[in-house]
Amino acid sequence: MTSTDLIRLTAAELADSLAAGDVSSVDATRAHLDRIDGVDGDIHAFLHVARDAALARAGEIDRIRASEDGSSLGPLAGVPLAIKDVLCTLDMPSTAGSRILEGWIPPYDATVVRKIRDAHLVPLGKTNMDEFAMGSSTEHSAYGPTRNPWDLDRIPGGSGGGSAAAVSAFEAPLALGSDTGGSIRQPAAVTGSVGMKPTYGGVSRYGAIALASSLDQVGPVSRTVLDSALLHDVIGGHDPRDSTSIPDTWPSMADAARAGQREGALKGMRVGVVKQLTGDGFQSGVTQRFTEALAVLESAGAEVVEISAPNFEYAIAAYYLILPAEASSNLAKFDSVRFGLRVNPPGGGTVEQVMSATRDAGFGPEVKRRIILGTYALSAGYYDAYYGSAQKVRTLIQRDFDNAFGRVDVLATPSAPTTAFRLGEKLDDPLAMYLNDLTTIPANLAGVPGIGLPIGLAPEDGLPVGIQFMAPARSDARLYTVGAALEQLLEESWGGSLLSRAPELATATVGGR
Amino acid sequence: MAAPKLMDFDRALELFEPVLGFEVHVELNTKTKMFSDAPNFFGGEPNTNVTPVDLGLPGSLPVVNEQAVRYSISLGLALGCSIAESSRFARKNYFYPDLAKNYQISQHDEPIAYRGSVDVELPDGRTVTVPIERAHMEEDAGKLTHVGGSTGRIQGAEYSLVDYNRAGVPLVEIVTDIIYGAEKDAPELAKAYVSTIRDIVIALGISDAKMERGNLRCDANISLSPRGSGILGTRTETKNVNSLRSVERAIRYEIQRQAAILDAGGTITQETRHWHEDTGRTSAGRPKSDADDYRYFPEPDLLPVQPSTELIEELRQALPEAPALRRRRLREAWGFTELEFRDVVNSGLLNELDATVAAGASPQAARKWWTGEIARLANVAGVDSASLVSAEQVAQLIELIEAGTLTDRLARQVLEGVIAGEGSPAEVVDSRGLAVVSDDGALIAAIDEALAAQPDVLAKIRDGKVQAAGAVIGAVMKAMRGSADAARVRELVLERANSAPE
Amino acid sequence: MSEISAEQVAHLAMLARIELSPEEIASLTVELGSIVDNVAKVSAVATPDLPATSHPIPLVNVFRPDVVGETLTQEQALSGAPEAHDGRFRVSAILGEEQ
Ligand SMILES: [Mg+2]
Ligand SMILES: [Zn+2]
Repeated sequence: MTSTDLIRLTAAELADSLAAGDVSSVDATRAHLDRIDGVDGDIHAFLHVARDAALARAGEIDRIRASEDGSSLGPLAGVPLAIKDVLCTLDMPSTAGSRILEGWIPPYDATVVRKIRDAHLVPLGKTNMDEFAMGSSTEHSAYGPTRNPWDLDRIPGGSGGGSAAAVSAFEAPLALGSDTGGSIRQPAAVTGSVGMKPTYGGVSRYGAIALASSLDQVGPVSRTVLDSALLHDVIGGHDPRDSTSIPDTWPSMADAARAGQREGALKGMRVGVVKQLTGDGFQSGVTQRFTEALAVLESAGAEVVEISAPNFEYAIAAYYLILPAEASSNLAKFDSVRFGLRVNPPGGGTVEQVMSATRDAGFGPEVKRRIILGTYALSAGYYDAYYGSAQKVRTLIQRDFDNAFGRVDVLATPSAPTTAFRLGEKLDDPLAMYLNDLTTIPANLAGVPGIGLPIGLAPEDGLPVGIQFMAPARSDARLYTVGAALEQLLEESWGGSLLSRAPELATATVGGR
Repeated sequence: MAAPKLMDFDRALELFEPVLGFEVHVELNTKTKMFSDAPNFFGGEPNTNVTPVDLGLPGSLPVVNEQAVRYSISLGLALGCSIAESSRFARKNYFYPDLAKNYQISQHDEPIAYRGSVDVELPDGRTVTVPIERAHMEEDAGKLTHVGGSTGRIQGAEYSLVDYNRAGVPLVEIVTDIIYGAEKDAPELAKAYVSTIRDIVIALGISDAKMERGNLRCDANISLSPRGSGILGTRTETKNVNSLRSVERAIRYEIQRQAAILDAGGTITQETRHWHEDTGRTSAGRPKSDADDYRYFPEPDLLPVQPSTELIEELRQALPEAPALRRRRLREAWGFTELEFRDVVNSGLLNELDATVAAGASPQAARKWWTGEIARLANVAGVDSASLVSAEQVAQLIELIEAGTLTDRLARQVLEGVIAGEGSPAEVVDSRGLAVVSDDGALIAAIDEALAAQPDVLAKIRDGKVQAAGAVIGAVMKAMRGSADAARVRELVLERANSAPE
Repeated sequence: MSEISAEQVAHLAMLARIELSPEEIASLTVELGSIVDNVAKVSAVATPDLPATSHPIPLVNVFRPDVVGETLTQEQALSGAPEAHDGRFRVSAILGEEQ
């Protein structure tokens, strides 16, 4: 197989080839590292590429496979993946896209990172993101923006633009992301890739640099629904180091995805379309592709009904109080004492002045904005009106979900109101930027799972459009079934994956670094 | 810093009514920390008993120690509190370098235990009921060392060093309601209250409760209300009071200080004050201000604690006897007079005595040593008696006395050695060569020598003038450098005088 | 319009330990004002009887047994420190002028 073929395989296909001995992990890993060398100068999906470590690890895994222990290797053994820089890694810097953590190498691995190492996946490097996951465009990274492989002048979504761009530019078959208000699903939508936000507590948050503790969830990013399911099976499950981790056992997500690929998987499935998350404010091409996707579901035997979730109207407002409040506290630890940047004011100063100067220099404008907003929302005299009220709205949104799931199996919305916008377009208008997560935020507030997958290109700009499905808490498997079913129907109609239609990227000469 | 003016205590009480409140922090002696599985131990090399959680590293998450919850419920029950059906942790946000996350995980409006009371016995035997508002769980901070400057204190230091070994040690903070009516007994009540809390946590076995090590810390709130005004005064919060006697002294001092200021027409600043053991004064700390906006909110990384009624009942059944009942029992068992017993209680030595008796000593001997020589040495050193020696060491000392190995005088020297860290009483006896000489051979040689040197005395003894023996006994004791039993020497002197050849 | 003033933003910045320039305070005052205007609507639907939700998935009594686990070495603990001395993290003076 040529290296071009290798990078175009899905993770599931690559895993099969590795298991069959048709290809080595070293070759697969090198093919992806070469691709990164070739295109990442333009894309900038990676903040750190661990070339030598990745090849060494791939070699080890090849040796294990060749030995008598080979049969014990897991389904994704030898498959390379990219890791969002929000996750702590023992052997790579972990900056969360912030200047304040530049070069910081944690003395421990996040639980999900330990799990992917134990499952013999090969970490390629760390992916770019909006600083501390605050943003929907990856333009708020302290290390420069990531570009959308479909159009280099456009944003790849955010905050996980690096992970989404890495998989959609064929730099990695899989990536880890994190989703606080849409940071996995919205980038998936605008890059034509797949991403899943699991049920809150379904995947450990230990070692994920916290943005908003009650909203954050780590999840898989990939090019196919089955690939996300395979990665979900590796990273999911109870972690005693995360108190909010759900102690249940989970069904196989990969089995659920494969079930979706079988004939008749959608028969009788009740799909609710959230009235409040369609129509006005959605780009016409987004609405068009969304409507067509619903028709595909119906033609496959699903029943599509309209659902009203009246309190979703307040979701963004509640989110932009809860998130900054929790973030203002979570980000207090960046104080120049134990790790990260230290900036001494001219002529020295007290520790208080050093902390303040460091936090001024180390945080970007969006982070400061949200910290100040969150500090305000928690302040004496404002708590009840802001944070307290937002938590009550959360109850209302949960009730809307409960009502909806009393009537339907899954909810469907467009993943994002628009296709990828141009770099810089919304950078100076925080409120406009916040609206990008209109459809994804309710799932985080209620803790329910949500999956995003591509449903075509908007006719007006030729850019990817995504659909989001949501299910009741703990019913993640159902989303893989529905997602895989729709994906299969669409790919049949397209004659291939959506990403196979993405423009070829110019590749730099591989220097063999 | 010039000494502030103080008003005579009795005069201050004529003009003002003292109003008290206490926050006592109890360090739990669990094996691990409140929210991490690092050992709950903070001696040793700095920054070695830490996990990513204790350092507040990005990505790390707290998990509640089950044993700490059980201990907290037990303590709440022993304080007569109700245990909350649902309690919650909250973040208290403020920046300080010893606070790794720059928020403390504590409890705010939903503490584990609330509304209780403890009976406290004053030195005169009266019992006062102190109302408890709440007891809540929280984590300790790291330890700062201030370097440079002349004093080693925070003022004028060039830089500070942080050790997070103590960060995350489990604490229960016990908060009293406002205590009115203590009047002139306010200092004694303060001491008796903290002493009672100490007794309770020791009886529960949930804390080492050594104040000098900071296992038990008292912040004392005090304000003065002008007589007849009905107006609550501005309060100060005195921190860093780390012995029972300091609690008493600090309250007395604050009453006298505040009274002098108020009487001169001044106002009291609401502030924290630091107690200085050496000078016996308090000094101004940080004033309370707008900056004390802690922005409490429910800790999103932790979930509510909802103890079952079964668990609460199990812990209630396992409670040790209440301090008042225990005192009655011990007094009877030891056969002390009312006065002897109160002396022990007021010296805060009940637990030490109990442990010493449990280690084999007779109650009277234990009382004699703890309230006598040990208390005297503790007073000189300005520390609590219990910090000087252990009950086991005292019991050993008493055993050596009763076996005739030590005289009381030698025993005091042995005690000195034990306190100086020279080892157990038996080891000190060995290393200092302090045992009573029981080998009569050496004694007889010394006696014969002394008798030979004083023939006139010898003659007097032989004439039946036994009192004359004193001069010889003195010479022998001197020769033996005190390491002889005077009674035995006397016996032998008489024996030798009468049997020696003419 | 919002009631957020520049003084308030400066106070919040002090609480949050961020040394903002006068320009940053000015622009944040405007931005914060419009954000707060937009999010304030939550208080309109948050009636007193409505319970608050702090955790999306309600769990209770999540505890850890009191068993000692692995700790970091001193080197690991200090590995990210901007400044360390004698096995401890070093910070500049906590107070300024002698008080
Ligand atoms: Mg701190
Ligand atoms: Zn406290």
